[in-house]
Amino acid sequence: MKLLWSWIYSFGHFWYHYIFGDDWTMAVAVGAGLIVSALLNRSHVVAWWLIPVIVVVMLGVSLRRAGRARR
Amino acid sequence: MHPLARYRGFETLASNSPITVLITTFLASAVEAIEMVIIVVGVGATRGWRSTWIGTASGFGVLAVIVVALGAALSRIPIGPLRLVVGALLLVFGLQWFRKGVMRVAARGFAGSTRVIEDEDEAWTGPGIDWTAFALAFKGVTLEGLEIAFVVVAFGAGANQLGVASIGGVAALVLVGAAGLLLRGVVQRVPRSFLQLIVGVLLTTFGTFWSLEGMGVDWPGSDGAILGLLALYVATAAVYITLERQRAFGLRPAA
Repeated sequence: MKLLWSWIYSFGHFWYHYIFGDDWTMAVAVGAGLIVSALLNRSHVVAWWLIPVIVVVMLGVSLRRAGRARR
Repeated sequence: MHPLARYRGFETLASNSPITVLITTFLASAVEAIEMVIIVVGVGATRGWRSTWIGTASGFGVLAVIVVALGAALSRIPIGPLRLVVGALLLVFGLQWFRKGVMRVAARGFAGSTRVIEDEDEAWTGPGIDWTAFALAFKGVTLEGLEIAFVVVAFGAGANQLGVASIGGVAALVLVGAAGLLLRGVVQRVPRSFLQLIVGVLLTTFGTFWSLEGMGVDWPGSDGAILGLLALYVATAAVYITLERQRAFGLRPAA
């Protein structure tokens, strides 16, 4: 049983680290962006631009936050 | 979107002639094989090869089972949801490496290769399997391999030349794979922090493209949009590295 819990913890930890990493806000923004892109696409609105914009903006925000934390 | 919508250009080339089917299948498969090899070589050079090879072999194993089990019925697998899931996972993970790559190149320049490995995001040195490298290689091989199989079945069955189409698909995979193996040595000489940035940019590029394509979004220029995304993200990396260096070293642009 202990081994099973340890395996479940390791599995959960791996996926948390894989998806959220050091800055969970980037993954959440990308997830929200994908949902909005799907809604735009379903409404026949051009949607390919949204995720690249989110990537560029969130990367800048995250780097700025990390820079402040280092100082 | 139909799974083969991205091959509209190639489809018009296809006819019932075996040589035309061979060339068409080879070219369309090579596009997918290049994407697969970029991911495997990039991940292997950054995280270490052992787990990457295990992930690659497992991906080909799963692929072989699917192809043998389904045969020509393969084209009925819904590729869209698969592209969406794999693309979204590559995107969120690639973005983390993109961020770390920018920070490290800004801080160290190209001196990363001479430094001692600092954390788990760099080469794996533990005794077990590096599941990150495994998962990245596995997903890249399974998705792209499945797309090659779709190409072979669609062009081969359409022209009643499944054997010839299979040769074209396998030849593309073998040739592009061999080119990737030859480039492995060159890639390994790239400084580690810079390599992490390159792989991060590439994973983010493919992740962006596949996730949106998987939900049925039409990219302007079809596969050509990958180059546009790559250019955008490379420019973004250059701008953020410059800004990070100015911030870190208190530099200001000349008036």
